[in-house]
Amino acid sequence: MTYTLGQEQLDSMEEILQEHLIDVGVRCVFLIDMAGNIIANKDNGKIKHDVYSLAALAAGNFGAVSAMAKIIGEGEFSLLFHKGKKENIHFNKISAEFLLITIFSNEISLGFLRLKVGEAVEKIKKILDNINTP
Amino acid sequence: MAFVNPKKKEVQVKVVYYGPGRGGKTTNLEYIYKKFDKRIKTEMVTIKTHGDRTLFFDFLPFDIGTVNGYEVKIQLYTVPGQVKYDATRRLVLRGVDGIVFVADSMEVRREKNILSIKNLQENLANYKKSIFKIPIVLQYNKMDLAEQGIPLLPVETLEKDLNSQLKTSSFEASAITGKNVVPTMKKIVSMTIATIVKDLK
Ligand SMILES: Nc1nc2c(ncn2[C@@H]2O[C@H](COP(=O)(O)OP(=O)(O)O)[C@@H](O)[C@H]2O)c(=O)[nH]1
Ligand SMILES: [Mg+2]
Repeated sequence: MTYTLGQEQLDSMEEILQEHLIDVGVRCVFLIDMAGNIIANKDNGKIKHDVYSLAALAAGNFGAVSAMAKIIGEGEFSLLFHKGKKENIHFNKISAEFLLITIFSNEISLGFLRLKVGEAVEKIKKILDNINTP
Repeated sequence: MAFVNPKKKEVQVKVVYYGPGRGGKTTNLEYIYKKFDKRIKTEMVTIKTHGDRTLFFDFLPFDIGTVNGYEVKIQLYTVPGQVKYDATRRLVLRGVDGIVFVADSMEVRREKNILSIKNLQENLANYKKSIFKIPIVLQYNKMDLAEQGIPLLPVETLEKDLNSQLKTSSFEASAITGKNVVPTMKKIVSMTIATIVKDLK
């Protein structure tokens, strides 16, 4: 069994990622499903991360944190943030099946990033709502 | 579930190596990684404990070429085999497309193999998947130990314990020497591709 998205939907999601995140200074952003598949990704062209490994780890990480949330009686943690010296990773759940992951430097404030991620998530949600999720 | 990207003409497929702890799942991936180092451009990802046991999973992305014009990216995962890591095993199984069950052929591990395949069946059911419907291949690993006089389960016993209902392909293997590691992988890849090829138009 497989699932897919149309060319048009993928195009518009990439546009959203470009406009709301890359164009405001985010280094790299990718949309994944909880199985670890990459649905769409964009970067600023300056860095090349191993996105497939990142996606696998991100899905596992998010899954682990969600399982912890259940154990402590919290429905879910829909946001996750890992802070580094120079680079930071931000996770935002889009739906039960999809996750948006953003890698950004300290030049962007977390508040601003959250705002931008929020805008992108709202738009992407609308596109994903129209497909049969896995 | 495999994701088909019509824009990149790419499909991502998830294959999970399952089985009892210490059965040789990680060693399978390490062998594949070494054998195909020219084709695997990234590092193998492993999350393990100090004692070298798989804590969460191993991950190896692997390009196998094109099918119907789609570039096929196989994502190989292993689960942690230890009983206590059931929650993490379940996470790794999410969206699985094909399974290699790595059994430990040592006589003393008979019970562990049987419990592990039952656990696989339950964890698949958790995702509303049936062990009888998903592509699955069995591997009877550590066959090399016979030479050292270590008592192994006869293949008939392994077949009876693990494959009497599944009736799928099985391989006698040694992940350490590499015997039948690649044929096992090729078999699960071709079985898995067969189930999705109709969607690659
Ligand atoms: N003799 C022998 N040892 C093996 C074989 N495969 C794995 N091992 C050893 O068994 C131990 C557990 O292997 P590992 O791959 O970590 O098992 P996992 O828990 O299933 O991932 C390691 O010490 C391996 O070197 C095999 O085919 N033959
Ligand atoms: Mg292991």
